[in-house]
Amino acid sequence: MSNFPDENGRFGAFGGRFVAETLMPPILALEKAYREAQNDPSFQAEFDHMAEHYIGRPSPLYFAERLTEHAAKDSDNNKGAAKIYLKREDLNHTGAHKVNNVLGQLLLAKRMGKTRIIAETGAGQHGVATATLAARFGMQCIVFMGEVDIQRQKPNVFRMKLLGAEVRSVTSGTATLKDAMNDALRDWVTNVNDTSYCIGTVAGPHPYPEMVRDFQSIIGRETKRQILQAEDRLPDAVIACIGGGSNAMGIFHEFIDDKNVRLIGVEAAGRGVDTKFHAASLNGGSPGILHGNRTYLLQDAHGQINDAHSISAGLDYPGIGPEHSYLHEIGRAEYLSATDDEAVAAFQMCTKLEGIIPALESAHAIPRTIDIARQLGDNGLVIMNLSGRGDKDVNTLADILGVEI
Amino acid sequence: MSTKNPNRIDNTFANLKSNNRSGFVAYIMGGDPDFDKSLALMKAMPDAGVDIIELGMPFTDPAADGPVIELAGLRSLKAKTNVGTILKMATEFRKTNNTTPIIVMGYANPIHHMGYATFAAAAKNAGIDGAIIVDLPPEEDAELRAAFETHDLALIRLATPTTDDARLPIVTKDTKGFVYYVSVAGVTGKALGQSADVASAVARIRKSSGLPVVVGFGVKTPEQATSVAKDADAVVVGSAIVDTFFKHGHNEAIKLIKSLADAAHKT
Repeated sequence: MSNFPDENGRFGAFGGRFVAETLMPPILALEKAYREAQNDPSFQAEFDHMAEHYIGRPSPLYFAERLTEHAAKDSDNNKGAAKIYLKREDLNHTGAHKVNNVLGQLLLAKRMGKTRIIAETGAGQHGVATATLAARFGMQCIVFMGEVDIQRQKPNVFRMKLLGAEVRSVTSGTATLKDAMNDALRDWVTNVNDTSYCIGTVAGPHPYPEMVRDFQSIIGRETKRQILQAEDRLPDAVIACIGGGSNAMGIFHEFIDDKNVRLIGVEAAGRGVDTKFHAASLNGGSPGILHGNRTYLLQDAHGQINDAHSISAGLDYPGIGPEHSYLHEIGRAEYLSATDDEAVAAFQMCTKLEGIIPALESAHAIPRTIDIARQLGDNGLVIMNLSGRGDKDVNTLADILGVEI
Repeated sequence: MSTKNPNRIDNTFANLKSNNRSGFVAYIMGGDPDFDKSLALMKAMPDAGVDIIELGMPFTDPAADGPVIELAGLRSLKAKTNVGTILKMATEFRKTNNTTPIIVMGYANPIHHMGYATFAAAAKNAGIDGAIIVDLPPEEDAELRAAFETHDLALIRLATPTTDDARLPIVTKDTKGFVYYVSVAGVTGKALGQSADVASAVARIRKSSGLPVVVGFGVKTPEQATSVAKDADAVVVGSAIVDTFFKHGHNEAIKLIKSLADAAHKT
């Protein structure tokens, strides 16, 4: 099951290469270059070296004692709560898991002789990671970002500019992540010769879903090693938030063949999956074709894409990576959701109990992690991917709480 | 009207050939700014010299289009256009014209959502002759192609400046009607490709496909239309017409279409 996708980039009925003809030659060239890099030990060695010395890997697997105590306090039938571990991707250079994938893609771009890097970003974490490594490798970097997201993620916008990237404001459509991706595709189609498109999640045309997952799967490999060392057993459940789904695929991949490990993704339910204002593609969408792949999408009765809504810009996307659609359909992974309000409460709770400010994206996974920990009881063991840190979100939180800073 | 099954595309290119001239293909966005105005423009196009009509189907996320077509699509969606509305435009058009080919152009998701087989049957019924689905490259169009073959509809493929010799046979295999050559690597409405490159690309594609080659993306003026028509079997203009129709209305759009058609037909 961990051998997907097939040679056409399909995960069962999902994935594929739904792009304009102009982009077929570059994505085929990218796939070829990626296969060569996969078989080149020097590529992996350079990735590992930079992961250790530049990103700061391995990231810790941290036993969240007070979060565990909190879960146990109000547990079901007083049976206690499972131990909760946090995979600390928030401690990576640039503050989130995004940098793992960018490192891989920019090393590949360098190998292919590309000098100009484009990226889309929602919360700005992928944009910052791309701008960072582009600076490090001396490449030109252009980040497409929705006008709405630019407003709500100002610190990250300034960070990207400091790093030498150009941030292009995207005003079309809903002016959020999906529109940024449309504009990045438009740029790529116009500048195919010198430009490499660094996609930030496990979506887009083949080989992106596979390649991004592979670069992110360092999270799961470390996690497995670390939990075996700490607890001498595999966890009962691995939990992660999902927008496009790269941090989730990154931690899931290593555990897919371990059938006793539950894999749980948490989508952004916004104001509720039963309202129009959510970003839960699996829980509230249906299969369709967007941004190069066939996957679950938020769409109307006529196949037009619906706007997503989430308080967190990074989850505000109407689609999801095709491998998640596949894992959902075959029942290997479970997909739950958390609302804006739950995420905001969890953000504050995690900050106060653990002294860790989680990204609003990651905060979505916390309430469901606590639920699962309570269901399992005190013999259980769960791991949550804390995919990023929340410094970027303090302005948003202050607005919500009515605090002036 | 005749109920038999005319091959309007082949007939059109045969007629152009016997008159020894290149054709003119005009794109409009279906339902922009509303059903009635869009249909009136469509109905006036053949008399203005349009040989083939490309009828745009709007999509919320048109990643291969420039701003002119994107905004036209959003206007059309605001007027509640959907695939059914586009089919209805074709049905209405066919009440008075049974010769001008209609090619619908758009993105996969709306027709995927309807179901490819359902769409193909409905398109045939509406008098549509073929489709260009921008985000279905040869690697992904087998299912729609099978549905189209059942109803003898043409699924038209795009060739681009990035389609090299190794790839061209993949693009031209199983294609029908004509091949659409996108003259520049870019979105709709950008600048035209270099004419020398266009000439050699057209020759290459014609040889590989054995089909007529139409050239579009970036043609805006009658001068450009004449220049492209020297090499191509037909010239496509989209953004310039859509933009003029939006800004200056029906009569100006028809005037532009006439001048472009005359320019294309000169050769």
